[in-house]
Amino acid sequence: MPRATYIVGLGLASALAAAPCAGKDLRDLYFGEALYDANQGHYFEALGRLDAELALHNGVDEPQRDSLHFHIGEAEFSVGDFELYYRMHLRAGRAIKAVLEGAVDDAVRNEAAYRLARIHFQKDQAADALVALDRISGKVPVAIRDDVEFLRANVYMALGRPAEAAAVLKRLQGAQSLTGFAAYNLGIAMLQEGHEQDAIAQLDRAGQLSVKDTGPLAIRDKSNMLLGKLALESTDFARAQQFFDRVRIDGPFSNQALLSAGWADVSAQNFERAVVPWSILAKREVTDAAVQESLLALPYAYSKLNVHGRAAVLYGDALKSFGEELTKVDASIKSIAEGRFLKALVREEIQQDKGWAIRLRTLPDAPETFYLMQLMASNDFQTALQNYLDLEELRKKMAGWQKSLDAYEDMIRLRKQNYDPLLPGIDAQFRELDAQIRLRMEQRNHLQQRLHHLLIEPRPDLLADADERIVLESIRAVEEKLQHAKGPEAAQLQQRVRRLKGVLTWTLYTTYPERLTKAHEHLNALNADVALLQKQYQQFVRSRQAAAHSYLGYDDTIDRLRTRAAEALENVNQLMAKQGHLIETVAIDELKSRRVRLEVYQTQARYAVADSYDRAAKAQGNAAPAGGGQ
Amino acid sequence: MRTLKKFWIVMAMALGVLASATAIADASYREQMKGLDEQVQEVKSDVLGIAAELARLEERLLYPSNTHLAVFIALAERDTLRLDAVQIQIDGQAVAHSIYSFKELEALQKGGVQRIYTGNVPTGEHQIEVTIAGKLDTGKEYTRTERFAFTKGIEPKLLGVTLGSSELQLGDW
Repeated sequence: MPRATYIVGLGLASALAAAPCAGKDLRDLYFGEALYDANQGHYFEALGRLDAELALHNGVDEPQRDSLHFHIGEAEFSVGDFELYYRMHLRAGRAIKAVLEGAVDDAVRNEAAYRLARIHFQKDQAADALVALDRISGKVPVAIRDDVEFLRANVYMALGRPAEAAAVLKRLQGAQSLTGFAAYNLGIAMLQEGHEQDAIAQLDRAGQLSVKDTGPLAIRDKSNMLLGKLALESTDFARAQQFFDRVRIDGPFSNQALLSAGWADVSAQNFERAVVPWSILAKREVTDAAVQESLLALPYAYSKLNVHGRAAVLYGDALKSFGEELTKVDASIKSIAEGRFLKALVREEIQQDKGWAIRLRTLPDAPETFYLMQLMASNDFQTALQNYLDLEELRKKMAGWQKSLDAYEDMIRLRKQNYDPLLPGIDAQFRELDAQIRLRMEQRNHLQQRLHHLLIEPRPDLLADADERIVLESIRAVEEKLQHAKGPEAAQLQQRVRRLKGVLTWTLYTTYPERLTKAHEHLNALNADVALLQKQYQQFVRSRQAAAHSYLGYDDTIDRLRTRAAEALENVNQLMAKQGHLIETVAIDELKSRRVRLEVYQTQARYAVADSYDRAAKAQGNAAPAGGGQ
Repeated sequence: MRTLKKFWIVMAMALGVLASATAIADASYREQMKGLDEQVQEVKSDVLGIAAELARLEERLLYPSNTHLAVFIALAERDTLRLDAVQIQIDGQAVAHSIYSFKELEALQKGGVQRIYTGNVPTGEHQIEVTIAGKLDTGKEYTRTERFAFTKGIEPKLLGVTLGSSELQLGDW
């Protein structure tokens, strides 16, 4: 299915970029934090945060009382999205499948099915993608409705079912977000179906769309390039020329278009016209394959016009240029073999923006990248490069973590040094105070009980103050002594004692309500003090626990983390070496193939320059006698 | 002329052979890249697991729940304030200061929430002072300072400050 390679997988990135949550109803700050990281492209941090939040949420007894509950659908989707962005397709697929199999409403299930289909499609699993798409039924969110259908069409095309793809794409021709892409893919579907004339008419429409954005503009150029090629194949050179002329002079296809336009002219035997696009192209960046071809094509056109002198000069220029480029390619191969390409890749300032691969070209010490732009733009190589960069990030993180673990251990050691000598003394003092507190609490409880009883069964004597109690005791002692005394003096004394006792009893009984009230007031004051004491007691207990928790029980965790991090670091280093080696090998192979091509060009230029000089000399020789004869 | 034509044909054939060789090599590399990609995904998963455990350890060790305080910054929805900087003081002490890059501001505008400060305060009454600097959509410079009281209990305290061109709001989570 050669035509299938032309289809455009639009919509995947744009749909992924859709913000999963607006700030208006944010109820979980940590979910918001994950979004903040993800919005900046920090997917590792975003995933770390969201994984932790989801684990906490799933671990609580009543998830509906957890703040993440309000965003749980979005959070589970976001995990899948972040994993996709972080190029963890395996985990992303699992995350999305989990959503799909949960008890969710139509809109959520359909969006999950769409995302799963997208993952399968990206992984070249078109049949699985179609199975996922077939699970979509009922209400489909408006935001993804067109994307779902566009993906379905792409899947049909990948499965070699162009008629079904065309039927879907026809319905999408009015979709604003797919302007250009749906039109182009419909043309490709028609070509796959074998309806060449319809396809050309459709691609012609796609090639003349009025669009402004970079993506649709590029797809319009692509449509015209394809139309040009089809016209060339059917030897309609004039038409091919028209299509190539439609391609923007500054777009990504302009070099190829200029080259093809020249060949269309040559095929039509219009060599004079071929000189125009090739002259423009020959002045462009010489590392481009099309430009290099034009360096030979342009003098070829001149030679066909019998301008052999000009052709000879241009072949000479080409020969010189190919020699220089071969030197550059050799330097690049050497540079890559020495590991400089990988070093340039991981330079931080290079990765500051999305166009980092392009910016590599601006590095004076990365000449190899000039010849690798096409390779670097390919999906597989991009993934390999990104993986290498991700591994480098992981390596840096783990190196940092090792330092953090060292610092934590040091912190724990210092805390232990501080607390170990202090805590036994504090604990002993606390035990003593604790015993006293318990005693006082018992006393307070006893008092409370007695006062409570006094409300039910009044006992004024129990509310006598200290002086009164002493007086009462004295009276009782005197009473005892006078109990067996006889005579008038004794009777008088007994009378006085009774009077004193009567006065005291009178006082106790008449002031009883006030005394009882006061006693309760004192108890309330005591309760307030007790509450304060209990608060301080709890604070002390918490502080004491915090002191212990600040340095006890970390050893196993830190040891385990150290081991895990060391093992992971070893894996990362091994993978980096493998990934780096593969990147270098692919890059060097690419350069070698460019080198072979340059050598072929060089040989041809060398031959052609000699041939052109011969012809120029012959032409001059033929002209000279004629001139001499005059 | 005939010789030149012949040469073009030879060259085209040579390049054709090269192209097919490259295609075969591509397929082999593709397989290797795929295999490595899966291994990279596995190691990422491992490292994420380590990061999660490390984060739990850090929280326990550095920010025990009875003293844990975290302050978050969010932008009011659809607010046109072009935020440049935020400064946070807790009980009169400057604890955090952030100057926003375009990327960070965009992340806030898209609904992200920045954790600007994580630290420890004792239980009880406290005061937070938030100062922001930025530009209004009119281009006018804008600064504002607000103070809010908050109570720290024995559980972790999360404070969310929502910034806007007309007011700063403190939310308690």
